[in-house]
Amino acid sequence: MQLPDLFTDYTLRTVALGAAALGATSGALGSYAVLRKQSLLGDAISHAALPGIALAFLLTGSKAPLVLVLGAAAAGWIGTLLVMRIVESTRVKEDSALGIVLSVFFGFGLVLLTFIQKRPDASQAGLDRFLFGQAATLLQRDVVMIAALGGIALGVAALFWKEFKLLTFDPDFGASLGFPIRALDVLLTTVLVLSIVIGLQTVGVVLMSAMVVAPAAAARQWTDRMGAMVVLAGGFGALAGVSGAVISSLAQHVPTGPTIVLCLTALVVVSLTLAPNRGLVWEAVRQARNRRRLHTDAVLRDLNALAVQHGGQEHVHSSAVLEAMHPGARHELQALEDRGWARRTGADGWSITTEGRREMERRGGGGGEEEGA
Amino acid sequence: MVPEQEIQWIAAVTAAACALPGVFLVLRRMSLMSDAISHAILLGIVLAFFVTENIASPLLVAAAAATGVLTVSLVEVLNRTRLVREDAAIGLVFPALFSVGVILISRYAGNVHLDVDAVLLGELAFAPFNRLVIGGRDVGPRILWLMVVVLLLNAGFILAFYKELKLTTFDAALAGALGFAPGLIHYLFMTLVSVTAVGAFDAVGSVLVVALMIAPPASAYLLTDRLPAMIGLSMGLGVVSALSGYWMSYLLDVSIAGSMATMTGVVFLLVFFFAPERGLVAIARRRARQRWAFAQTMLAIHLLNHEASPEAAEESREAHLHEHLRWEPEFARRVVRGAERTGYVTRVAGERLALTERGRVAAREAVGMGA
Repeated sequence: MQLPDLFTDYTLRTVALGAAALGATSGALGSYAVLRKQSLLGDAISHAALPGIALAFLLTGSKAPLVLVLGAAAAGWIGTLLVMRIVESTRVKEDSALGIVLSVFFGFGLVLLTFIQKRPDASQAGLDRFLFGQAATLLQRDVVMIAALGGIALGVAALFWKEFKLLTFDPDFGASLGFPIRALDVLLTTVLVLSIVIGLQTVGVVLMSAMVVAPAAAARQWTDRMGAMVVLAGGFGALAGVSGAVISSLAQHVPTGPTIVLCLTALVVVSLTLAPNRGLVWEAVRQARNRRRLHTDAVLRDLNALAVQHGGQEHVHSSAVLEAMHPGARHELQALEDRGWARRTGADGWSITTEGRREMERRGGGGGEEEGA
Repeated sequence: MVPEQEIQWIAAVTAAACALPGVFLVLRRMSLMSDAISHAILLGIVLAFFVTENIASPLLVAAAAATGVLTVSLVEVLNRTRLVREDAAIGLVFPALFSVGVILISRYAGNVHLDVDAVLLGELAFAPFNRLVIGGRDVGPRILWLMVVVLLLNAGFILAFYKELKLTTFDAALAGALGFAPGLIHYLFMTLVSVTAVGAFDAVGSVLVVALMIAPPASAYLLTDRLPAMIGLSMGLGVVSALSGYWMSYLLDVSIAGSMATMTGVVFLLVFFFAPERGLVAIARRRARQRWAFAQTMLAIHLLNHEASPEAAEESREAHLHEHLRWEPEFARRVVRGAERTGYVTRVAGERLALTERGRVAAREAVGMGA
């Protein structure tokens, strides 16, 4: 199979489009969850959605995607409110509240699923695809629904851009300005719930939390601006969705959901290591450069001290002297010469230049001890 | 034993074994590490299975426990880069490890006895089929003995390191200053959580591990302030949830693991509402009582202020309270009736209220003029 199949193969195109739409939505809205330290709320919401799917089917007898997704959204929403309520009114902390809602709702969902399976009409087939997700079962109507609900979620986020930003970074200040912070909190949670439940059929309840956390965590490394982060996270989510769908179609028996998650993980690893400013590689380069500079400065200081003690910068010293004063000095002398701060006389005679002295003066009085700090 | 009894024993022992480390997870605010570990160990199980080709091999338990510890350290490494916060680090690590596990299973283990449903959801109903045979004698279900060992291991660890665990849980900084090596205790403890998760995972599936580890200790946390009592209560509530869950699944013919998880939730909900001091009902009743007591004291202070003053006749009329204290007439009537019953006020000449000696003392105390 070749890449052009993405445009001709109907199933692959459907799956890729669906994965892209949900990746963009959950990635963009996940930015809020990550910034608000609610990364694991997504995990709780997706697990809590399971009984909603089963109940929606039990009550309506319909397996229409919209019905099931709305059931999932209702259950996920109730689960989230329950977490908030438990944290507010008892001393049980958020991590425990999330753990309880996640596992108990999921367990209840299993009870309902097994209950449905035991029914004589056996029409339950397909409900368990929500557990692990089966992207291959995506139909065009599913993709339309994902895009529509995702569009609504993103539209609300765009409409309340300023308010959500305020809620994320300084809710107390927002409240003092008269914004209905609590209502906004519930609205943002609702939108997040929506962005999670549309992904359950493709990725499954277990892995959906990664779709919320990973794109935002990756995007965060590249920028310090909220707008850029949300757009970038949406882009990362969509990219991982499409590449996951394509990769899993290239090989046999490679499920789509986990593949998308691994694509996201790769994006996160690249971002953590390579992103400018925050990335680990740049951090290491910066540290090495700083360490080098400290060494160079120390040798320059030694040269200066020698010049002062021997009454003038014409007095030369061998590199062994400097090496004794600062181990590794030979290396730094070359660097100092390159910058014009040290001069070599003969084979191994070193002294400070006028430029070098000026540099020392510029840094504070010639012999400054604070240099090494 | 008949299979039904064996399943109940497995359920009860598993619940007790999970509750022990669960107490410290809840107190250390690391509840969700149980979620991360119980998912990530799938990868360890799969890898060990590829090596041994035997689902009952003890190597599986060891590999799974090692993956659990790997998860904990990966989260810590990510957290230490300070590029992502701890919650996000957890959310990044375990889906990645779990995904690798799922892909390996579906790609290479399609036809063997290892599928994602079974490990994730667990099927307790089949547990009695897997027997432990020692010297040709059937001594019971393998998983039951595994969980008994895990339970004893947990109990032994907590007894041996009780002081250290307690100190590192409640005051890690002090523990470090006293030389208790909180880091070492932390890793030992997380190894224990992993081993417990592996054992329980085999019996009841990974999601129920979270329910059994977190919900009973969180319930116990609302019932007591003492650590030994919390440990005992957690085990008790866990066992009660497990057994009632078993019977629920038996009556409704549904998933045993799911029913057990549901019952841990029901128990938590009951405690959440009806805990003697910290339950919602107790809190609401305490608030209501305080509101009435406060209103009665207000009334007494009001009467004291105007006692023996020219306007006393006017101010002490019940109907006047509406004007002066902004009380609704109905509320005022009830407060007056309550204050009469408490013995703060008496009625003189119908409408007028007068302070009793007791009411005068109470009002003086409230405004800081007492004794």
